[in-house]
Amino acid sequence: MTACAGVARRALGPMVGAALGIAVAAAAEIPVDERRSGFDFMSRALQDMQRDDTLNPGMLWVLEGEELWHRKAGAGNLSCADCHGEATSSMRGVAARYPSYDEETRRPVDLQGRVNFCRTRHQQAPPLAPESQELLALVAYVAHQSRGMAIAPDPDPRLTPFRDRGRRLFHERQGQLNFSCAHCHDDNWGKRLGGSVIPQAHPTGYPIYRLEWQGLGSLQRRLRNCLVGVRAEPYPYDAPEYVDLELFLMDRARGLTVETPAVRP
Amino acid sequence: MARPLISVPATAKRGEIVEIKALIAHPMETGYRPGPDGRVLPRDIIRRFVCTYNDVEIFSADLFPAMSANPFIAFTTVAVESGTLTFTWTGDNGFSQSETATITVS
Repeated sequence: MTACAGVARRALGPMVGAALGIAVAAAAEIPVDERRSGFDFMSRALQDMQRDDTLNPGMLWVLEGEELWHRKAGAGNLSCADCHGEATSSMRGVAARYPSYDEETRRPVDLQGRVNFCRTRHQQAPPLAPESQELLALVAYVAHQSRGMAIAPDPDPRLTPFRDRGRRLFHERQGQLNFSCAHCHDDNWGKRLGGSVIPQAHPTGYPIYRLEWQGLGSLQRRLRNCLVGVRAEPYPYDAPEYVDLELFLMDRARGLTVETPAVRP
Repeated sequence: MARPLISVPATAKRGEIVEIKALIAHPMETGYRPGPDGRVLPRDIIRRFVCTYNDVEIFSADLFPAMSANPFIAFTTVAVESGTLTFTWTGDNGFSQSETATITVS
């Protein structure tokens, strides 16, 4: 595939160059006052579904997560609450600043990674599988505690190189369609791709209840969707690229409100 | 995970029309989709939902494979007396889930 693209690029050199020139000119970051959550692009009915906790199916996972928070697990026979107390106070604001730096692995870690570190290091329990209902429920419960707060990424300078890597990934062309994230989400947000509006790709409400999925899913699952959409090979679950991208995306969404659990079409 | 989420007003005036909302976690597998191995996944749906108000049936619904996962059902009733509303979902593979809510009518 790389070879094909190379041939095509050589053959169409001047044309592609011109097209790139236009793309680069347009590829500016979205100005702060124009940043909008995916919520604003949804229909009125879907917005109502997200707003009303008795209508929002994501709340089913939040309730499940609350139960799991108090359930003892592993050889350590500890529950989350045994160390962290009530999540309503101890977890407030956590999702608004994550991913954060993990001293032990010397890498940034996202919320689900942190939950699994807690399981293996403290509860001495096996890590929960990516996209398992238990992991989604716990992360949804923790992130829900920050609902309504402004996204304020962790200023830890050790995160900067990873965030920069995320920024590079965001602007890097990928897959058979040879698009970067920025081509859709910086340059063409608000327009339509097929029947759907292209949002600005702000991770404000993860894990989200996506109608297309008929269930709750993580940001990693959503990023895989986009990678498959541009016909790229998605990174495996828990690949460092996802956390780097999340670091950059959260920085890009700075100031927007945490909505977990968000509803999306 | 089959936890229902119910919304019933805690209090109401006699004769008032109240809205009742019931959401339940359920995969609602249609029985028509192939799984990862190419075989058709067996059907697993909720087939019936019943709501009783002090043991009188006030609402029921039959559910079918075309309905979404985590079905949400909303309806209204007239608050006649204080008491208990019981919600019951039954379906394939012996699925049965009940939940109650109380309402005080003045």
